[in-house]
Amino acid sequence: MSTAMLPPPPTLPGGSVATAAGGPERRVAETGVWIAIGTISMSFAALTSALVVRQSSGADWQHLHLPALLYVNTLVLLFSSVTLELSRRRLGSFGLHATLILGILFLVGQGLAWRQLAAQNLHLATGPSSAFFYVFTVLHALHVLGGLGGLGLVERRLAAGGLSRTTFKAAALYWHFMAVLWLYLLTLLTIRG
Amino acid sequence: MTHGVATSHAPPQGFLRRHVFSVDHKVIGRQYLDLALVAVVTGMVLSWIMRFHLGWPETPVPGLGKLAPTGAAGGIITPEYYLALMTMHGTIMVFFVLTTAPFAGFGNFFLPLHVGAEDMAFPRINMTSFWVTLVAFLVLISAFFVGDGPPLSGWTAYAPLSAVGKDAGPGQGVGQTLWAVSIGIFCVAQLLGSLNFIATTLDLRTRGMSLARLPFATWAWFITSVIGLIAFAVLMPACILLILDRVAGTSFFIPAGLVISDRLQPHAGGSPLLWQHLFWFFGHPEVYIAILPGFGIVSQILPVFARKPLLGPRVLIVCLIAIAFLSYTVWGHHMFLSGMNPVSATLFSVPTLVITIPATIICLLWIGTLYGARLRFTAAALFALGFVSVFVSGGISGFFLAQPSTDIYLHGTYFVVAHFHFVMGVAAMFGIFAGTYFWFPKMFGRMMNETLGKWHFWLTFIGVYCVFMPMHYLGLAGNVRRYSAFTDDYLQPLIPLHRFITIAALFTGAVQLIFLYNLIRSRLRGPVAPANPWEATSLEWSTSSPPPPDNFGGRPPVVTHGPNEFGGTGPRDYVMQAEPQ
Repeated sequence: MSTAMLPPPPTLPGGSVATAAGGPERRVAETGVWIAIGTISMSFAALTSALVVRQSSGADWQHLHLPALLYVNTLVLLFSSVTLELSRRRLGSFGLHATLILGILFLVGQGLAWRQLAAQNLHLATGPSSAFFYVFTVLHALHVLGGLGGLGLVERRLAAGGLSRTTFKAAALYWHFMAVLWLYLLTLLTIRG
Repeated sequence: MTHGVATSHAPPQGFLRRHVFSVDHKVIGRQYLDLALVAVVTGMVLSWIMRFHLGWPETPVPGLGKLAPTGAAGGIITPEYYLALMTMHGTIMVFFVLTTAPFAGFGNFFLPLHVGAEDMAFPRINMTSFWVTLVAFLVLISAFFVGDGPPLSGWTAYAPLSAVGKDAGPGQGVGQTLWAVSIGIFCVAQLLGSLNFIATTLDLRTRGMSLARLPFATWAWFITSVIGLIAFAVLMPACILLILDRVAGTSFFIPAGLVISDRLQPHAGGSPLLWQHLFWFFGHPEVYIAILPGFGIVSQILPVFARKPLLGPRVLIVCLIAIAFLSYTVWGHHMFLSGMNPVSATLFSVPTLVITIPATIICLLWIGTLYGARLRFTAAALFALGFVSVFVSGGISGFFLAQPSTDIYLHGTYFVVAHFHFVMGVAAMFGIFAGTYFWFPKMFGRMMNETLGKWHFWLTFIGVYCVFMPMHYLGLAGNVRRYSAFTDDYLQPLIPLHRFITIAALFTGAVQLIFLYNLIRSRLRGPVAPANPWEATSLEWSTSSPPPPDNFGGRPPVVTHGPNEFGGTGPRDYVMQAEPQ
């Protein structure tokens, strides 16, 4: 779910959005991202319950030692959230560029972690713990990729001067959620993976 | 005045942008309904073939031998092909008809009109969700034409049958993979659609349109979207895991030591029950995704033709929300036969019985609304009344199935087939018909033929009772479902009843030609519809029929009344929502 599809909302001073209702100010892009966060959380909750059930259904679960690189990637992703927040508050492009680069770096790092596991002969079908590891991390990476698409659009609009604060806020919200989701997944995979 | 963030519609240029890749919610709504029409005809033809075979298992089905040379050589259906037809019938009907038409179809067309918006919150996402749905449908249908034909594990795709691949039977190779891919894609479309419905309802309401003033159908679509957002978010990862078990060698759902077709399956440790839990956590709310829009449509239509306000409008909304909440607590009642602990079974049984309370209250509100009313018996009103009848008929059998002790006997029989066809299938179809007769003038600017509509109603109403009522008796007599023929066993005495049902099903299906003829003829030659032919109150009736591309001709309505103001004493017996105070 990226924000790439959102049309530019008309802006008012202070960065709020006008609505036909004229009532409380609404931010439709933000609403959309909140809904997306709800549904993505539900998907990962379903997969978490699947992990718990699968762990107890067979005697073949072997704990997976996570590659240390994942912790470096975690720091990269968290740092990208910080740079994005700085950029959003000042409407500056430097932090946004940094976020995009850090985001790409995170994905490259995840790719390297997958290669490290593959080198240890731990593939998707090797065992249930490796299967869940790949499912969780690949799905998360795909969502991060969508976020990068959204941020790319924000960058283009910022450069063109047509960016509203609310669109930026919505994109940032999604990006921060990616970091929170990753922290959750890392904890889950460390404890139960 | 700016109008939310929905793009302002200048009439789009070019045939493709206007009619095919349109971002106009009205075009998209019609596209969903057209897709559902194609799907329902496909699903109904499949059911005819099944019914014919059940009545006369040794008589070749005319023409089928050429269409399915392996599954029905010489027109005689194999047991496996029967299951394949059943799987495709169920999948097409549940996903591409009962979810697509009343929710995505009518919802897309009328939700923005109801809230007074120019379009959905995210028009391009809206267009994407329709085209993704179409791709999902085509992927599913392609299973008829590749490999060994369609899958045979039912619309519920129980593992391990659905997970092990072609060893499990014809259609379990490519066909089953296509099924899982199709449903996975369908989930994406529904999630995008639900997101749009919720954001539009929350953010794009026009001035004065408080939540309390939302028309009942829009309330129902809104609540259905919330259900869908959670339900499809669970089915999608479940489909991904199923696909991985099938193509990547994982073992999420396949246990160790499984031998199928004399071959030890190269999997270990998986849990078939895990699939059932994930599927039914989606599957039971899906029942409400199919039926709640019908609740909304009926609640909207009945007051219009009763010329009375709906009884207890707030109670209705509270009950709809209660049903949505409870729908997530009852999924285990589909699994009483899975060897479930009796304590767990009781825990699922209790909320299943509790959910009948809000559903019953809603039925009482409808009936209470009719009390003392001078009904206008239009085709739309008849189908709305028919909805109440078939929903109650199907709901009553639910009491027996909600209890594990009786369900264990009845679950594998035609009693369940009768139950879910009445309560979900036929009821939702009646909701779709009611909505079509009610909104056709607004959608196409022409009136439908009422006489044909009434014939359509009465013949369909009698037909569906003849088809599904006897199935309760079959079930009580122990007639198992999913069998393709009963020629040489203890069920042989029931064959005449099966033949009666088959004749009734063919008759009911043929009656739908009246509806199709009415649709096409009215579209081309029906009398021109006024803006508000039914003297209704909600905002769609304040604009022209059909509405202009931006819905309200650049003048967003200002809402001053609720949707339920009928029966006043003035010169008119109704007050429209956008009428000045």
